[in-house]
Amino acid sequence: MNKIEVFKQGFLDVIPLTIPVIPFGIIYGVTATEIGLSPMVTFVMSFVIFAGSSQIAFSQLFIAGASPLVMITSVAVINSRHLLYGAVLSQYLNKLNYYWRIILSYLMTDQAFSVSLSYFKKNKKNYISHFHMLGSGFTLWFLWQISTLLGIVLGNIIPEQLGLEFTIPLTFLSLIISELRKLDHLIIILISGLTSLVSYSFPYKIYIIISALLSLSISFILITKFKKIIK
Amino acid sequence: MIWIWISIAGLVTFLIRYSMIAFVNPKTLNVTLKKVLNYVPSAVFPALIFPAIFLDQKGYLVNISNPQIWAFFIAVIAGYYFKNIILTILSGLFSFWILIFYFN
Repeated sequence: MNKIEVFKQGFLDVIPLTIPVIPFGIIYGVTATEIGLSPMVTFVMSFVIFAGSSQIAFSQLFIAGASPLVMITSVAVINSRHLLYGAVLSQYLNKLNYYWRIILSYLMTDQAFSVSLSYFKKNKKNYISHFHMLGSGFTLWFLWQISTLLGIVLGNIIPEQLGLEFTIPLTFLSLIISELRKLDHLIIILISGLTSLVSYSFPYKIYIIISALLSLSISFILITKFKKIIK
Repeated sequence: MIWIWISIAGLVTFLIRYSMIAFVNPKTLNVTLKKVLNYVPSAVFPALIFPAIFLDQKGYLVNISNPQIWAFFIAVIAGYYFKNIILTILSGLFSFWILIFYFN
């Protein structure tokens, strides 16, 4: 495979996962302008922050008159799960130069992380595999900018009755669906999911990182004390 | 002022994404830690899935008759058997549409 083919593979792998990205981008564009942000601010935020749920939180807090410290802490906490993604990806991207690492970090999202990680695992010796994450990351970035713009300009063009927000959890489910067959992963999944339900009402949407860190600590116990479960 | 706060929020988000890629040297990661990192998708994504399926916007558990719970379980079963990303998403979405069409 050459670089363009690897890039194209990244595009193809991420496309199914972008089903909710377009309605979500539109919802962000509509919500942010409706609560009182200017179209310019709304659009630039998608460019500068490029992280959906944290942008919505930021907009709502700003309009509610929250202090800057609260706004920025909230964005940081919601996006803190990317620290974990970065730690995983560092194993595959450490040989790249600064420019590549900066570009791929900027393009890092839940979806691009997941599909490109699967590609990296299968192509460990491939020295151009980073083009896969450029493809998956850029595709998502591009669709996010376009859909934000659509939301700002056209308003809510997708009927609410379609229930497309439901595709957000479905895409995340699809990313861990093959792990359900492994007992160790199943334990981690259930612990993380149940923790998120219990801690959902905690401030700053901290439930995401709490659930992740708690279940990763359990994985550490499984690895060191219950080796039989892990095949 | 909002431009300053957006820039800072953007910079913080970028640094969160960049820091580990930039500063973690994989050669210094020990074997156990690498194994723990294998669980990252299974540890993070459920926290994005469960509240969206089982909680309403105020954070209360949704009623068992809610069509999205049933559509979700159909997607879990279909995905489990066919091990296919697209099929998981579409089976959930289509069964959701069928359920709301017939029961609402």
